Formats: sequence, C-alpha cells, structure tokens
Amino acid sequence: MSYLEFLGNYSDRLIDGSLITLLQFVLAALVAVAAAIISGLIKLAQLKPLQAVATVYIEIFRGTSLLVQLYWFFFVLPLLGVSLEKFVAGFLAVGLCYGAYGAELVRGAIQSVPRGQWEAALALNMSPAQRMWRIILPQALVIMLPPWGNLMVEILKGTALVALISVPDLMFEARQINNNTYLSAQAFGTALVIYYIFARFVVTPLMRWLERVMARRIGRA
Amino acid sequence: MNDDTGRYPLKLEGDNIPMVSFRNVTKKYGDLTVLDRLDLDVAPGEMVTIIGPSGSGKTTVLRSLMTLETIDGGVIYVDGEPLTHMEKGGKLVRANQRHLRRMRAKIGMCFQHFNLFPHMTALENCMEGPVQVLGLPKDEARERALELLGMVGMSEKSDQHPSRLSGGQQQRVAIARALAMRPSVMLFDEVTSALDPEMIGEVTNVIRSLVDQHSLTMLMVTHQMGFAREISDRVCFFYGGSIEEQGAPATIFETPEKERTQQFLSAVLQAN
Amino acid sequence: MFEWRWEFTFEILPRLIGATGKTLLAAGGGYAVALVLGLIFALAQRTPWRVLTVATREVVEFVRSTPLLLQVFFVYYVGPQFGLNLSPWTAGLAAIGLHYAAYLSEVYRGGIESVPKGQWEAAKALNMSTLKTYRRIVIPQALPTAWAGLGNYLVGIFKDTPMLSVIGVGELMHTANAVGAEHYRYLEPYTIVGLIFLAISLPTAWLVRQMEISLRRRLGLTK
Ligand SMILES: Nc1ncnc2c1ncn2[C@@H]1O[C@H](COP(=O)(O)OP(=O)(O)OP(=O)(O)O)[C@@H](O)[C@H]1O
Ligand SMILES: [Mg+2]
Repeated sequence: MSYLEFLGNYSDRLIDGSLITLLQFVLAALVAVAAAIISGLIKLAQLKPLQAVATVYIEIFRGTSLLVQLYWFFFVLPLLGVSLEKFVAGFLAVGLCYGAYGAELVRGAIQSVPRGQWEAALALNMSPAQRMWRIILPQALVIMLPPWGNLMVEILKGTALVALISVPDLMFEARQINNNTYLSAQAFGTALVIYYIFARFVVTPLMRWLERVMARRIGRA
Repeated sequence: MNDDTGRYPLKLEGDNIPMVSFRNVTKKYGDLTVLDRLDLDVAPGEMVTIIGPSGSGKTTVLRSLMTLETIDGGVIYVDGEPLTHMEKGGKLVRANQRHLRRMRAKIGMCFQHFNLFPHMTALENCMEGPVQVLGLPKDEARERALELLGMVGMSEKSDQHPSRLSGGQQQRVAIARALAMRPSVMLFDEVTSALDPEMIGEVTNVIRSLVDQHSLTMLMVTHQMGFAREISDRVCFFYGGSIEEQGAPATIFETPEKERTQQFLSAVLQAN
Repeated sequence: MFEWRWEFTFEILPRLIGATGKTLLAAGGGYAVALVLGLIFALAQRTPWRVLTVATREVVEFVRSTPLLLQVFFVYYVGPQFGLNLSPWTAGLAAIGLHYAAYLSEVYRGGIESVPKGQWEAAKALNMSTLKTYRRIVIPQALPTAWAGLGNYLVGIFKDTPMLSVIGVGELMHTANAVGAEHYRYLEPYTIVGLIFLAISLPTAWLVRQMEISLRRRLGLTK
C-alpha cells in the first residue's frame, strides 16, 4: 500500500481523531487556566486553610505522573462514588495536572509586578480586589504569557494520554490503525506530524499573537 | 504596638488643628529604629520640606502617613482624626481596613519612581482613581483628568502610555493622577531624584504652581536644597529618625544651630 | 462505596516496591541517554555549519512538540517493520532519552548563553584556549543556571516513565496494571503508585532546589 493509499483509507479516522484531540486540548487548557489562576491567587492570599488546600493540590499534581492521575481519575474515582465519563476524565486530569504547573507561573508573575504598582494603587485608595484585578493582574498577564505558551504545547502533548482510557483521539486512532494494518511508520509517523503541525503552526502562533495583543494593550509594543 | 494609646486624644480639638500630626511615632524594622518618638505637626496649607542624610527616616515618614507602613508606637492624626488608629469603646485601637480606606481619601502621594500604571494611558491613569474609587461618572472624571493634565502641561500626551513618556513627563502625570483624587495632603518623596538634570525644572515648576494656587498641605522630601529653600514654609532636618532641627528656610540654611545640621548642609552644599 | 483494604495493600506492596527499582532504572537510564544526546544537540547548534545547526534545531523542535507516548510507540513498532527488533527496554530508553535530550539541549544552551559576552572576551584577553574558556570560565558560571533545568528534567523523566508501560516495560505502572487486573482491584495499586511517585519526586525536587542555592553561594553568584 502506498502512502497515498494509506492516507486515502485512513484520513477519515485521522481527522476524527484530530478533532477530538483539539477538543480535548481546548477543554484541558480552560481547566488548566482556571485551576492555575484560582490556586495561584489562593497561594498568595493570606488565607491559611485555603492556602493549604492549594499547596496540596499543586504538590500532588506536580509530584505524580499525569498517567497515574488519569488512571486514578478514571478507574479509582468511580469506586469512591464519582463516575466520570472517559471524555471528561481525560481533559479534567490533563487540565488539573498542568494547572498545577500554571499556578506557579501565575504566582511568580504576580510577585514580579513591581511593588511600586501595589503602592501606587493603595495611594489611590483602591480596594484590595481593585488593586489585584485592575492593576496587578493585567501586568502579570503580560509577564506570564510567554511561559504559558510553552505550557500550552505541553497540554496539547498531554492530551495524547487520554487514548489510554480509550478516548478516541488522534493517538488512539493511530494505535488502532497500527493494530489493524501493522503499518507503524505510516500510522504513528502521520500522527506525529499532525501533532507537530498543531503545536508549531496553531498553538504557538496563537499564543504569540496573544502576547503581542497584550503587550500592545500595555503600551509596550 | 505598645498599648499606651490611652495617652493620646481620640480627636484633636481646639482652634488650630494641624492637618497632619505625628505624636510620639516610632517605627522599627527588627532591631533598627527608623522613626524614634517623632513629633511633627503640619498646619493646613503649609509646605514642609524634610531634608536629612540617607537612612534618617525621611521616606518612612511619608510612607507611614500614606499607610504603606504600619507604625510601632504613637499615633498619627490627619485633619484632627486619628489615621493609624480609630476609636472603639472610648479608646484608640489599631485602625481596621475600613477606617484606613476612609482616611486615605485625604492623602495623595508621588513616588520617586513615578509608579504610573504601564497598561493605561496618561489619561486613564488619571481617571482610574476617580472612576473606580470615588465612583465619578466617566465624563466627569475625564474632564477632571484633562484639566489636571493641562495644568501639568501634559495635555498633548494624554493618550500616550507611560513607556512613551520621559521621566519628567511621567512624574508630571503622576502628580496629576494624585491630584485627581482631590487630597487635602500631598506627599512628594524625592520626586526629582530619578530624573535627568534637564527634566528637574519641569517637575519643580509644577510643584511651585501647586504652592501658589492651592491650599494643599504638602510634605516633601528632597535633596534639592535650593528648591527646598525657595518654596518651603518650613524645613525639618531629620537625623536618626527624629527632627534634629526645624525652622524657616532662611534660618535653617543660613544660621543652623545644631552641629549636625551644619555638617550636613556644608557636605551637601560642597558636593553641589 | 469501596473500602481501603490493608491486608491487600501489604500483599501487593513488595511487588510494587520491587517495580519501583525498575522505574528508577528506567529514569536513570533514560536520563543518561538524554544527558549525552542533549549535549550533542546543543553543541551541534553551536557549530559554524549552518545546515547542521538548522537541522538540529528542527529535530529538537519536532521532538519537543510531539507527545512522548506517541514517540514511544513509534520507536517500538517502526523498527520491526524494517527488520529491526528492539526490546521494550531498549525502545523505551531510546524514546524517553531522545525526548528529554531535546529539553536538555535547551538547558545546556540556556546555561551557556546566560554567561555574559564580556566573560568570553575577558578569557580571550587572557589568551585562553576555547576548551579552557569553557572549562574554567563558562561552565562554572553556566552551571547554576543549568542546574535547575537539569534537576527539574530529572524529576520530569522519572514522572514520565509510566508511559513506557504501554510497550511492556515492567515498571511501576505496568506492575500496578497487572496487580489490578489479577485482583480486580485498582484502588490500592493506583493509589500506592501515586504515593510512591510523591515520596520520590517531592524530596528530589526539594534537593535540587537546595543544591542550586548552595551551588550559587559556593560560586559567589547569589541571586
Ligand atoms: N522594608 C525595610 N526593611 C528593613 N529596613 C528598612 C526597610 N525600609 C527602610 N529600611 C531602613 O530604614 C531606614 C530609613 O529608611 P528611609 O527610607 O526612611 O530613609 P531615607 O531618609 O528616606 O533615606 P534616603 O535619603 O536614602 O532615601 C534605612 O536605614 C533603611 O535601610
Ligand atoms: Mg528616601
């Protein structure tokens, strides 16, 4: 079978898988951003009990493997009475895992906004929430966007693991095709190229664009 | 905080209530005493300049007044009311956030490094406080901001972000931003120190015009002795966290009594 | 509701602890491959041959942008298609080593580039050879910067070893899957695996941080 024939036979499955991968990526990214902001802010706030919860979340998810977390979400949580659809377990595990890494980015970025900005906001008599929301976060966002670009690629790659709980994403389809045809180079090679295109020509340019937009809004571009 | 606050009045009363009053104020960083039982009164409309060697506590005076620092002893009053404390059950207790927010409305501050918000234009910087904190309608806030930007000579640059402005221009915007909150007391902490020499004049001119036309009470820390002498009603020489000597500018600069004042002034004037 | 069973826990614990040794072996082996291959990638990008530089850059970029899991499958299954049979361990170490080599090459590069140009010029002014400049001037200064990255990726590679279970490398995850399938119980094996990972990666990450701090201090480069 020539490679063109291979593509002709299996492009439908590869496209379906790619769409699922993109969907998993978008949902996981949303979960990660939300988890990162919430736990990053909590870690900075002086609320001791909540701080402990955020620390435990961050350390557990950063200290163990994504695959372990995924299996735990999918196989163990139902035993504890929480049944998750495999599709949901997938993006939730990926999102929460990388959200723990993102939390440190959020925290670091907020801390690197110069102290003078807090002080100037206080001198204008702004409330703590106003200071954070209107003065600090917009500046922190510009600081943390570049590392978030890398993290987004990691999230995209991380979604490949959902294939192992049978979510029919690109990784899953490639494996199925391989099992049916033994055309490993074609099946896995094509999937590698598709992931590469997503990472290099979709996710990364999007993040760069976002960086530029935000930098312009802050008057730096 | 020592709990001898019973010694301090709940409110300043009488005819000549000072706009700002430090009573026996102490501030420490660990073992280091930065303000040492400081007493300082500033009358309404008065322009007081603080001079003194590095580390003598000048900045700390302004930061304590802006409530950027908490003091360890004594009480600060603004407009007759306690700032660092509040009344509770007939006694002074440490101020809570609500009290601080109410009192802070009377005070504005300009910083050595401007601290303009980089993600807002000059105009937005000047509208932020009035809209978000004072709750002014946007139109009114814009009008007020434009008027103040005009006063500091920054009308043309009102749509620029701080990164596009020179140091002197940024500092003038910062002054307009503080004034937009209509404070009774303005604090200036070495507002010209971070500026290139040719830009100092544009900022001192703005401060000069404030002295001329407003009934603002002002506290200014500066290393520019000539400027201090020219515009101050009173000059305080700080040493070791308290006032070593104070008086009319002419007296302090021409016939200082204390030896430390003389030494400081001769060192500074020689360097110029 | 499912109860935690202690006697089951103790029954399977020895097997899981035994498998932890294999996980550490996989991580260590993969890391060794990554250290060497990463250095080659990094140096290749500093050569004057443009074709080599660009090609290496692209390879690194490709490897970093694609999932390790897929690379593991690729390395393991593509060989036989062309008559090259790799054992799970060989394929696994090759894949994870290659993947992390791409990351480590960036760490090396970042470390070298963090040394100011003036240092190279000063070394040249002292008439030092290139090799000596690297050894005596550049590497000592690059190390603290690189150290954090090197350490973090060591922890990273350790946490990624479970992906080798998919091609039958008998590490922790693989063993936990087997134990779970034998007893139809997944609560204990997967939870224990998670705890073992925590118990190893948290102290290691902490140690890396401490060593970075002491390294900086020893070299007089406190932040
Ligand atoms: N956050 C802090 N922690 C510890 N020490 C501090 C802190 N802020 C200020 N200090 C110390 O307090 C003392 C007084 O500081 P302050 O900034 O008030 O001095 P200053 O008179 O304004 O000096 P300068 O002319 O250099 O601005 C200094 O010795 C300074 O090192
Ligand atoms: Mg100062």
